[in-house]
Amino acid sequence: MLTENQDLTLNHKPGHIKHDGHNITGFIIFLCSESIIFFAFFVGYSVLKISAPVWYPEGINGIDVKMPLINTVILVSSSFVIYFAEKFLHKKNLWGFRIIWFITMLMGSYFVYGQYVEWSELSFSLQSGAFGGMFYLLTGFHGLHVITGILLMGLMLLRSFLPDNYEGGEMGVESVSLFWHFVDVIWILLFGLIYLWQ
Amino acid sequence: MTIVNYDPRLVKSKNPYPKGPNDWKRFFSFNTDAKVIGIQYIVTALFFLLIGGLLAMLIRGELITPPSDLFDPTVYNGLYTMHGTIMLFLFLFPILSGLTNLLVPPMIGAPDMAFPKLNALAFWLVPVFSIILLLSFFVPGGPASSGWWSYPPISIQNPLGKIINGEMLWIIAISLSGISSIIGAVNFVTTIIRMRAPGMGFFKMPIFIWTVLAAQLLQLLGLPALTGGAIMLFFDLTFGTSFFRIEGGGDPVLFQHFFWFYSHPAVYVMVLPVFGIFSELFPVYSRKPLFGYKFVAVASFGITILSLVVWVHHMFYTGTPMWMRNLFMFTTMLIAVPTGVKVFAWIATLWGGNIRLTTPMLFCLGGLFNFIFGGITGVMLATVPVDIHVGNTYFVVAHFHYIIFNTIAFGIFAAIYHWFPKFTGRMFYEGLGKVHFALTFIGATLNWLPLHWAGLLGMPRRVASYDPEFAIWNVLASIGAFILGVASIPFILNMVSSWVRGKSAPPNPWKAIGLEWLLPSPPPHENFEEDIPTVLNEPYCYGLDKPFVEDEQFYIEKSLKKH
Repeated sequence: MLTENQDLTLNHKPGHIKHDGHNITGFIIFLCSESIIFFAFFVGYSVLKISAPVWYPEGINGIDVKMPLINTVILVSSSFVIYFAEKFLHKKNLWGFRIIWFITMLMGSYFVYGQYVEWSELSFSLQSGAFGGMFYLLTGFHGLHVITGILLMGLMLLRSFLPDNYEGGEMGVESVSLFWHFVDVIWILLFGLIYLWQ
Repeated sequence: MTIVNYDPRLVKSKNPYPKGPNDWKRFFSFNTDAKVIGIQYIVTALFFLLIGGLLAMLIRGELITPPSDLFDPTVYNGLYTMHGTIMLFLFLFPILSGLTNLLVPPMIGAPDMAFPKLNALAFWLVPVFSIILLLSFFVPGGPASSGWWSYPPISIQNPLGKIINGEMLWIIAISLSGISSIIGAVNFVTTIIRMRAPGMGFFKMPIFIWTVLAAQLLQLLGLPALTGGAIMLFFDLTFGTSFFRIEGGGDPVLFQHFFWFYSHPAVYVMVLPVFGIFSELFPVYSRKPLFGYKFVAVASFGITILSLVVWVHHMFYTGTPMWMRNLFMFTTMLIAVPTGVKVFAWIATLWGGNIRLTTPMLFCLGGLFNFIFGGITGVMLATVPVDIHVGNTYFVVAHFHYIIFNTIAFGIFAAIYHWFPKFTGRMFYEGLGKVHFALTFIGATLNWLPLHWAGLLGMPRRVASYDPEFAIWNVLASIGAFILGVASIPFILNMVSSWVRGKSAPPNPWKAIGLEWLLPSPPPHENFEEDIPTVLNEPYCYGLDKPFVEDEQFYIEKSLKKH
């Protein structure tokens, strides 16, 4: 039996599979799933709006577009800025990465601030009918994602100061950047739905 | 396949866990090993099967006589709501996650799941939301009482005006369950896509892997819709918004769309892995290749895609326009095509096979028989005129229990018996298993077959009292339910005592083909570790002269030596 075993081992080539590098795959799958929640909210918004005889609460004819438009421009351009931060990281220019990355964080923070100012100037609330609920639900849920994105970026910025952290693996940065693009695309759809379709 | 004569001396091992501590404490810790997590899931889920089953017997106890004499009707509402919720979210989903965790890595040759820590997190959310759900029995006003689908406006009534109420805890528990399922789904899909053994192309994967992939993609696509609906329901209930309130310009039917967009596919999330189990077990126990392997594999995705566009058939009687009814009647009936492909493939596999009536095979055959029956009543219900007549009667209850229990739970029991030797390293007692099957089959048939008549005669569901003309069907059903309760005794006895002192299991007790059967029983911590077999063919070539993996004999010898 022993000799037979050795013969079998002699010609045997062990097979291998990949052990790591699944993070991006997993994260993309997660984002696809996450987008369905937004999709559900968007469909809900559209259905309620189409079927409602009176959509806006009493005394309101629509919402101001100026402030959100500035916000949109900031958020969309931040998606380009974060791309350059990634470029710097790939070129191993750590300080370039940190500075551009931080600028993206600032742009995201300005977006949250703009959202806050807009909310505080509105004359309707969460309880103001289907529109009030939908408006705060959609912008709030998206805002939570922006805040999450900024916090994740902060985490990645701190991590970049750990020695040897980016030797070979920039998974975290890539994932956060992907998340930021996702938040951006969702906002464009949301902006069209709430602000342009009045 | 060559039959391996194993040396009985080799399997006389004192310690069934060659690697890792042989102690029970790891099952109560944040363990990241998929095999430990799988058993954690399964044992937790079986515990909740007992609780859900207890509630079911209380319900059947109430319904054994026409007047509502055992419980107040309000209590009865809570009972069936919790019964449904516990059985789906605390029993079926966790136990299928458990089986998937146990089976996916060994079946594809992976050492573990792609994200072991997330995997453990997904499991530990189960006890958290289970406790939240069970706590709702003790809050003022009792647990959620609006049925497991929680339709507004009933679900957003909150008559006592308390912020913490049964319905609110229900929504939180369901949302946490959703998070757990999404984490699990991301994990399973990534593992299957990225970590298969060398040579295992998509069309060499076991059917169980195909069905898990199809089911988990369905989770990813459907579940967020329910989560979105649940968030809006939570806001309506707690913060006074008007998403689903007519008086505030909302639309209660919108919730039904959110709910069924997920909850209909959810049935397929549960039934697809069971189809996988059938496809795995029939070839093993009839010693024949799976008939039409490629068609069975692709049919899983046919079901996935179609199941996303059938949900309105649950809403035929809620003011749905005629064109929508016709459209969804058509799509619903289309599902019978891929499902029919599978059923024919299984029957063709059995045809002329050398059938061994072991416990797992009996559960499979019983499950297939019940599935054909439940499938036919399903096509009946898809027909708009029939559905408008029997919708919300016991006919629907009987139909979905034929699928949920008589098919899905049967398949789960079959899988537990079939893979029990592999993952515990012990053989179960065949006699007790057969007693379990006989009691389960008789109990289940007696429980749900008569209810079809009650439903056709017009007995409404979700009522604590009913007209005496339905009494006979309900007495039969209640007797069946109590027999099902008794059936759990041989099962528990069998599982516990076999695991403690059963005969040691050889690596491949059923002479089955498959990567998991090339591992020792129980498999070592990282399955094949650094030496993964190269797959040459799909694992169903019984009686054909096609090798399954390269150097098969080497791996068989190795699996025997590990003991």
